Amino acid sequence: MTAPALDREAAPLPPGRVLSIRDVTKVYPTEPPVHALAGVSLDVDEGELVAVVGPSGSGKSTLLHVMGTLDRPTSGDVVVAGHSVNALSDRQLSSLRARRIGFVFQQFHLLNGYTALDNVADGLLYSGMRLYDRRERAALALARVGLANRMMHTATKLSGGEKQRVAIARALVGRPAIVLADEPTGNLDSHTSDSIVELIEELNAEGATIVVITHDHEVAGHFPRTISLRDGLIESDALNGSGRR
Amino acid sequence: MAASTLTPSRLHPSDLGRTASVGLRTRKTRAGLSALGIMIGIAAMVAVLGLSESSKWDLLAKLDRLGTNLLTVQAGQGIGAGSGQLPEEAAGMVARIAPVEATSSISAVDANVYKTDFIPSGQTGGISVQAVDVNLLETLGGELTAGTFLNEATAAYPTVVLGSVAAARLGIADVAHQPLVWLGDQWFAVVGVLEEFDLSPNLDRAALVGVGAAETFLDHEAIPSSIYVRTNPQFVDDVMDVLPATANPQNPEEIEVSRPSDALEAREAASDAFTTLFLGLGAVALLVGGVGIANVMVISVLERRAEIGLRRALGATRRHVAAQFLGEALLLALVGGVGGVLLGVGVTAIYASTQGWAILVPTLAWAGGLAAAVVIGAVAGLYPAMRASRLSPTEALRTT
Repeated sequence: MTAPALDREAAPLPPGRVLSIRDVTKVYPTEPPVHALAGVSLDVDEGELVAVVGPSGSGKSTLLHVMGTLDRPTSGDVVVAGHSVNALSDRQLSSLRARRIGFVFQQFHLLNGYTALDNVADGLLYSGMRLYDRRERAALALARVGLANRMMHTATKLSGGEKQRVAIARALVGRPAIVLADEPTGNLDSHTSDSIVELIEELNAEGATIVVITHDHEVAGHFPRTISLRDGLIESDALNGSGRR
Repeated sequence: MAASTLTPSRLHPSDLGRTASVGLRTRKTRAGLSALGIMIGIAAMVAVLGLSESSKWDLLAKLDRLGTNLLTVQAGQGIGAGSGQLPEEAAGMVARIAPVEATSSISAVDANVYKTDFIPSGQTGGISVQAVDVNLLETLGGELTAGTFLNEATAAYPTVVLGSVAAARLGIADVAHQPLVWLGDQWFAVVGVLEEFDLSPNLDRAALVGVGAAETFLDHEAIPSSIYVRTNPQFVDDVMDVLPATANPQNPEEIEVSRPSDALEAREAASDAFTTLFLGLGAVALLVGGVGIANVMVISVLERRAEIGLRRALGATRRHVAAQFLGEALLLALVGGVGGVLLGVGVTAIYASTQGWAILVPTLAWAGGLAAAVVIGAVAGLYPAMRASRLSPTEALRTT
């Protein structure tokens, strides 16, 4: 099962630009229609760590889905790693996600019957890499997030913080161009939450481009750049002076 | 990052197998129960086909042993059909037909047989008395369970050989102590007990005496009522055609010719009808099993929305998701199919060995069983797989 190669959809982006969103709207055709995104434009460059904050209903999750190509915008364009979403078929979007985008979810979404190692290895499942190589890489990724001694534990036997570390390792194992994290600390206590934020900062320092969606301004305050969203529009997009770097 | 070539999503076939078996490995009870439906259906079909094949083989072996070249000639009975007796010279005439190898006549004797002379005369036990030729046993290919058959010497004296049912009703199992029976106002010595006759069950309920003894002691006129005829196996039909006119040239229409092996074959045909019925029942069980799998798969798709969303996020295409769920349904059905074939063969083996039959399971039964399971799995999995693949990633992930 392979989708055709994607050369022709490549769209030029300035060097170092990973994600570019232009005038994106998303309207859900309910009665009355919901304008989840009302015209959003933003760019993310390689190596950035960006927080997207906003109250619930501000369109954060929709923005994450659109950035992650899980959903198509109603209008406007999304360019990820040089590929314009509007020009790609559904299968090609799957390929883009398999190779260029990593996801971290609030509910972790680990497969309960699997070990931590195989959960991380599944991050490469749809790349066509063989199981042995996937596990090898997964072991390295798990070691990086501090779970070298938990590899053979099944997902159900892990604590919440450990589960989120496994999920982060899974998002990073394929070395994606960008990692999108949806409320990664939403299901964790404040202590565990701090350690996850710390891990995200470390991974960013090692070169990973990460966008974190959160309603928690304290979490957002740790990151160098914060985008505030309200009613489907960007309220502010500012470099954060109080960031650690 | 600059624009670059994007290699398409790929799922290696071995990984497809792994992902398709996730549901089975993590929900073992449910998988086992839904495979059970298919298993029962397949087992029923395999066992029915296996048992029918084994019993058919047994029958063929029996026919082989007994031969299909035995014919009986009987006088028709009833209004306008004659006296129930064949012409006196019939046996001799029949024996002169070229392909006839042996003949043996019997005639019904107007007498009853009792265990002792104290038994009221009405309690005949349904046992008939027949005067027979000494070559009867040979002609019919019968066997004795005890003693000897009548021979030239004993046929002229008050001796009797009992059919298996007659012996049981008279309470005689062996002849070592020279048991006597009260036969037509006279004690007769039991010299032999016969095994069951497959080709002429009426003799099982008879007491057989020699023609000479019947004439001397029972005041019997030995005009045959039936003649057993062994022919050259190649000319059975030809002999059947000429038998009526040979046995009774004046009134050939009064003669009934039959082939006892036909009765065995008819019995087999009757059991074939049952085989078809049970196959039908097995097919229904299989269908129900298939519906069960479809049902479980639909529920599974609903429950595993989050997993579907995750897989889409990890780069699975719609086809990968569909293949995963279709594969799971196929695996379930295949597990049921393999289990069903094993169970069906086991049932056949156990039943056949209690019956002393050879254990035969036709290739068609087990290969067809497995093929049926796979087809049912595919059909049952198709709809749930389509549903899973049509789920949009965001919809699938919107589960909290």
